[in-house]
Amino acid sequence: MTLLQKFLGASAALALTAGAAVADPAILFDLGGKFDKSFNESAYNGAERWAAETGGSYAEVEIQSDAQREQAIRRFAESGANPIVMAGFSWATPLGEVAADYPDTKFAIIDMVVDAPNVRSVVFNEHEGSYLVGMMAALSSETGTVSFIGGMDIPLIRKFACGYAQGAKAANPGVTVIANMTGTTPAAWNDPVKGSELTLAQISQGSDVVFAAAGGTGVGVLQTAADEDILSIGVDANQNYLHPGEVLTSMLKRVDLAVYDAFTQGEDLETGFNVMGIANRGVGFAMDANNENLVDYGVLAAAYAAADQIAAGDLAVHDYTSDESCPALDF
Amino acid sequence: MDVMPKWADVILIPLISILLAALLSALVILAIGENPWEALKLMVNGALGSTYGWGYTLYYATNFIFTGLAVSIAFHARMFNIGGEGQALVGGLGVAIICLFIPWPHWSLALIGATIGAAIFGAAWAAIPAFLQAKRGSHIVITTIMFNFIAAALLNYFLIGALKAPGMEPATPRFPEATHLPSFQDMFNFGETTLFRGAPANITFFVALAACVFLWALIWRTRLGYEIRSFGHSESAAKYAGISPTKIIMVAMLISGALAGMMAINNVQGEAERLVLNAVEGAGFIGIAVALMGRSHPFGVLLAALLFGFLYQGGAELALWTSIPRELIIVIQALVILFTGALDNMVRMPLERLFLAMRRA
Repeated sequence: MTLLQKFLGASAALALTAGAAVADPAILFDLGGKFDKSFNESAYNGAERWAAETGGSYAEVEIQSDAQREQAIRRFAESGANPIVMAGFSWATPLGEVAADYPDTKFAIIDMVVDAPNVRSVVFNEHEGSYLVGMMAALSSETGTVSFIGGMDIPLIRKFACGYAQGAKAANPGVTVIANMTGTTPAAWNDPVKGSELTLAQISQGSDVVFAAAGGTGVGVLQTAADEDILSIGVDANQNYLHPGEVLTSMLKRVDLAVYDAFTQGEDLETGFNVMGIANRGVGFAMDANNENLVDYGVLAAAYAAADQIAAGDLAVHDYTSDESCPALDF
Repeated sequence: MDVMPKWADVILIPLISILLAALLSALVILAIGENPWEALKLMVNGALGSTYGWGYTLYYATNFIFTGLAVSIAFHARMFNIGGEGQALVGGLGVAIICLFIPWPHWSLALIGATIGAAIFGAAWAAIPAFLQAKRGSHIVITTIMFNFIAAALLNYFLIGALKAPGMEPATPRFPEATHLPSFQDMFNFGETTLFRGAPANITFFVALAACVFLWALIWRTRLGYEIRSFGHSESAAKYAGISPTKIIMVAMLISGALAGMMAINNVQGEAERLVLNAVEGAGFIGIAVALMGRSHPFGVLLAALLFGFLYQGGAELALWTSIPRELIIVIQALVILFTGALDNMVRMPLERLFLAMRRA
């Protein structure tokens, strides 16, 4: 009996401490971890920016296994966290199951669509941002060959590659685009050694600008490109600083903006479909002190002109995921 | 020959080892500026303080019981099966195929079918290293660990090919409704309060308990168990007694692989209800620590599995409610494995000396 009382007391205490954290937002990172210099880190930066500006606090978790996904969502929802933002498409399956159990909690998922009344699905027009850096790559290339290295071979990454190839071919119809994927498993997100090998292979085929959309693998791509004195293009976050003067630009996917926006809207988070494109600065490319001398004025002007056209709806970039095919590149 | 009484061997040594590991973990937590006492309270509350916590602890423990038993039976034949990871992965493949392609009318039949399928697939995966050991003398440690990688590659092949569901993820489609096992939440539903809410523990836990009893009976109450144990103690003596080494190696490893494979009914059919990449998540290797700590006895394995279940669920709670980074949570879990598994003699030898001194006095 005493044992039972202890358990009851303990769970009551837990319920009390949990209740104290009312209405703080929460962020759930994917398996890559929050300091991946890319996708998750971008999400983390968005949360930090919100905390710095508002002085608020937020709950966060880096999960260790897939079994913890549903657990983490439920625990934060039960503790009163609102809204709960999750970074990565792998959250879609557990969120789809859990969302209906917490109708008063708002959820946001980045990179995937979950159809529920209390979920905001944030998707990015990665093909538009990739199109712009593809143009910049083709215009900056001296050999007439540019290349792409993807992480795991999934439709999302093919969307990057397809946008990149379209941009390159729009800027220079005679350009050769080489595309390689690091692997077919999640390990491909964090394999800088393989990324480095692929870069060397692409250099031997004549490439002198390489775009890495490969999470942690990209660190190896950028390193090798810098070592071999060719240009590289970073992804998701601004990676220009990794090798100043060697990284042509970074294709920005403003995951931080998506997180910041969700946190700022708080409990009144607008749910539904939320597209982040060039028009609302959700994607773009990075210019800063590290790469201003690398990008010619003409290249920059062409990229900005194309960005304006896309934003105005005059130029449509084909989205690979819309029909699983690409007009500019064969996989 | 036995310097220490049995209770000291079975209870005192693991207890001291855990205390040492806890002490060191406390120092680690202190070093990063967190309060170790609060962290411990959080772990205990989170893992054992509610039926929800128990639901997760028992779910993890179920995995570890299966893999721990798998390592134990091989230990009794002096085989070091470190291929539990791969055998459980392939067991998952068996469960997925059986759940997806056979139209089961009811979960109970599906459970029986999946159990048999998981056991056969797991045993088949252990059979090749066992055969190489028995016939060719290829060392079982080397072959089983290599088979882990082959199993992972095999799973990749199926999950991006034949068994893949439409969409981004390399995973099978969801298993049909009729194969979903009742979770503790469904089983212990007494109306007014929901117990085990959302926790993944399911009926497989009782299958694991049954497996403990079965293995105990097999090892200590049957002729085959006697043969396995005598082969483990001395191969030459066993041969002299007319026990075939080939047969014992094969049988022990097949049972071991079958038990590791059966873990898949818990994590694949019971929890995820589909097969994903890396479904085992290290439980195969934890099984080694569980078997070492449990002294290869089914009851010891049960207790050790509960401890590791507590560590996993408590660790998850730490990650949720503190800013202790997940790498350090792995450090804490590793310290327990290090002290209970690898550094056994560090505690045992001084204790033996102590007991000797007490006996002389």
